[in-house]
Amino acid sequence: MDINNLLKICIKALLNNKTRCFLTMLGIIIGVAAVIAMLAIGNGSKQSIRAEIGQMGSNMIMVSPGNGQFGGVRQSGSSMQTLKLADYEAIVKQASYVDKITPTVQASGQAIKGSNNTPTTIYGVNDQYLDIRGYKIASGSCFTESDILHAAKVCVAGQTVVDELFPGQDPIGQTIRFNQIPMKIVGVLEAKGYNSMGMDQDDLLLAPYTTVQKRILAINYIQGITCSALSEEYTDQAIDEITRIIQTNHDIKIGQENDFNVRSQQEMMETMSSIMDMLTVLLAAVAGISLVVGGIGIMNIMYVSVTERTREIGLRMSIGAKGRQILLQFLIESIIISVAGGVIGVLLGVVAAKIISLFGMATAVSSFSIVLSFLVCVFTGIFFGWYPARKAANLNPIDALRYE
Amino acid sequence: MNEIIRLEQIKREFIVGDEVVRALRGVSFTIGEGEFVTIMGTSGSGKSTLLNILGCLDVPTSGEYYLDGISVREMSKNDRATLRNRKIGFIFQNYNLLPKTTSIENVELPLMYNREVGHAERRQRAIAALQEVGLGDRLTHRSNQLSGGQMQRVAIARALVNNPVIILADEATGNLDSRTSYEVLALFQRLHRDGRTIIFVTHNPELANFSSRTITLRDGRITSDTRNEHMASAEEVLASLPKEEE
Repeated sequence: MDINNLLKICIKALLNNKTRCFLTMLGIIIGVAAVIAMLAIGNGSKQSIRAEIGQMGSNMIMVSPGNGQFGGVRQSGSSMQTLKLADYEAIVKQASYVDKITPTVQASGQAIKGSNNTPTTIYGVNDQYLDIRGYKIASGSCFTESDILHAAKVCVAGQTVVDELFPGQDPIGQTIRFNQIPMKIVGVLEAKGYNSMGMDQDDLLLAPYTTVQKRILAINYIQGITCSALSEEYTDQAIDEITRIIQTNHDIKIGQENDFNVRSQQEMMETMSSIMDMLTVLLAAVAGISLVVGGIGIMNIMYVSVTERTREIGLRMSIGAKGRQILLQFLIESIIISVAGGVIGVLLGVVAAKIISLFGMATAVSSFSIVLSFLVCVFTGIFFGWYPARKAANLNPIDALRYE
Repeated sequence: MNEIIRLEQIKREFIVGDEVVRALRGVSFTIGEGEFVTIMGTSGSGKSTLLNILGCLDVPTSGEYYLDGISVREMSKNDRATLRNRKIGFIFQNYNLLPKTTSIENVELPLMYNREVGHAERRQRAIAALQEVGLGDRLTHRSNQLSGGQMQRVAIARALVNNPVIILADEATGNLDSRTSYEVLALFQRLHRDGRTIIFVTHNPELANFSSRTITLRDGRITSDTRNEHMASAEEVLASLPKEEE
């Protein structure tokens, strides 16, 4: 018997029991739809996080002071004073994989203009910071080299600060006070919005690092170095290079612990991605359980079907069906149920993902998840159809014909 | 006369618990082409076991069985399935039609398991077989829309469609009222006149008169094997029955 005849027989048999067939499929449909939708949610949030981190500059590298000890007491990295301007200058001079670079210092405080005030953070950087972080000047201009040289009391304001201090006014040229220090606003940044961790990226002031160091913090070390690799694929080389330069600068011998950390945005992205991956797997696993339950439903129905159709099996055998053909018939029936259920499930899952995205949750249906769930369906059909089909094929035709 | 079936000292034993049940204790006979044989016996006489062996559903414990010159005893399960498909037509007491399936699809079924028959030929042969049993106007009726007699005739068409060398009927009239029984018997007699070889298994002695030969079984042995020189005509009996009210 060729496969065409077999398919015809199977479809016929399934159509004879439409309701049961559909209910069996429902288990698979719900399972697959759940898997597709869950994977879509997982993928969607992963992609949106990647996109946001990428927006911050995907080739960004950050150097921060590392853990160290003062008289045997381990200190947290942020309180260390190991990074100096000399490190920054050494990197500028020696590094070949580094494109833009800025030292960073920061201070929190209250920005005040007239009767308005707002808490914010002032970042002490140079003008390359804008390129590294992907900020753009909306109006006015950035501070200049000579501002840095003279520790000029100028700053560039983020949109949130502008909105708080200058409702409905042009802030360019106006002077605000930050922790009692008067600062002239020379430029306003384009709004970037919130990042994936819910931080307002527009709630900041940018000022020359010398200004923040000397006039606000009164320190002579720097709190970090932020730079960008020539491009994303050079990130690893750039990290190695920077590490070597600072090691030499700090006179750190081989085997000694570094007193600084070099981290790239890519690493952060990978960490975030791996967290999201874990979440996705978790969601998919939960959905996968319902797929297994659907598979057991198929097995259950196929068993009932074999018992119910024992006489039919006996008849088929008596008119010349071989055991293998009976096996194939029942196997194909269960595969048809699961694959048809799978196809409907995929469609339903895609629609569900679209509906979920309407409620503001990022979703992305990957072709991988569709192929995967489809294969799982075929496998489910074979796996859960096998035992009932074998039971049918091993029936003795004489007993089967007499079965009541 | 061509020999279709040859049984030589067929024995069949079953082991039930600790006991050995001897269903057939040495049965030998031959059936030639064109014979209409009734195999008769009460329940427990071994006629069902004999039918299973004749139908290649079962193999004898000892003895030789030749169907159309082929020895069946040593055949594998799959080869026997193919042999059934090509050489045997089965008719059952309870018809065994597929539910919710049209006459034509039911009749096509044996040919579905025959690779050599294509779609068009299969359909054409199924229609021819249905016409042969007088159901040319019931081709697309589903099995649940047919009367008992019609269902049995579909089953007979299904047994004819593969052009078997032998038709095996197991109590084929057992579920029918007497009038329909005679109709079906008349159909068998017509097939017999057309040269078909038929084995009719029954426990009902009345039916023996309508065949050309009667083999009686008792306790696993043949007790009589007689030729029937004057076959009764089922059609005549049918005519003598009081007409049913329309």
